[in-house]
Amino acid sequence: MSNSTATRPGMKPRPLSPHLSIYKPIPTMMMSIVHRITGGALYFGMLLVAWWLVAASTSEDAFGLAQGVMGSWIGILVLIGFTWALWHHLLGGMRHLLWDTGYAMDKHTATTLAWATLAGSLALTLLTWIAVFVVGA
Amino acid sequence: MADMQTPLRRVRGLGSARGGTAHFWRVRVTSVALVPLSLFAIWLVLATFGSGYLETRAMLAHPVVAILLGLFVVITLDHMRSGMEEIIADYIHGEGLKLVLLMLNLFFVLVVGGACLFALLKIAFGG
Repeated sequence: MSNSTATRPGMKPRPLSPHLSIYKPIPTMMMSIVHRITGGALYFGMLLVAWWLVAASTSEDAFGLAQGVMGSWIGILVLIGFTWALWHHLLGGMRHLLWDTGYAMDKHTATTLAWATLAGSLALTLLTWIAVFVVGA
Repeated sequence: MADMQTPLRRVRGLGSARGGTAHFWRVRVTSVALVPLSLFAIWLVLATFGSGYLETRAMLAHPVVAILLGLFVVITLDHMRSGMEEIIADYIHGEGLKLVLLMLNLFFVLVVGGACLFALLKIAFGG
């Protein structure tokens, strides 16, 4: 902290821009925050992918353990969260790619897209898990 | 002495983050690749859900599956590394801690990537 240009000793404190807490939450802002949170969650979620793959390459017992843990109710809950985070980050990322081309930047379109990201991610998560139970049944 | 650099040369790669647009661009390129690869990964998990050990291994051993899943893992980890670098740069202000976390970020990505790729190759080569 003390090395930041805003607080370095001997320097006149530099003005800081106001932080999140003073703004009224709006959909685009919330989806931006959720995009980062889901990205962070997926980062650690890759540990589950690694565990699953390493278990599959090790032995039937190791694979059974991984499948058992991930198939327990808490495992399924985590996997549902993982699925939602992936869909949300995927849709949010596509929204960012669209913005990068300069389209859909106006206020109302951006807000609609923010809601669409949320609704789309929830719908796709639901569909994914319906597919899981249909395939698994 | 007069500065012989062109304005472009001064700007290129020397923004406030010292990295110019390379980081931004890398996140974009990996995210484009990850759209189809993530859809493939989701499909694969669905297709193997509830299958046993031998069935799952047989599926993972298929060259197309192994190659696409390998690409998914490598590109995901590159994308993750960039994303976490951004998060660290945004929230960690102490230079020492920032350095440590950036290192840990790289180690994490290399270990997870190494483990996934070793496992994939071992299964694919029939081990």
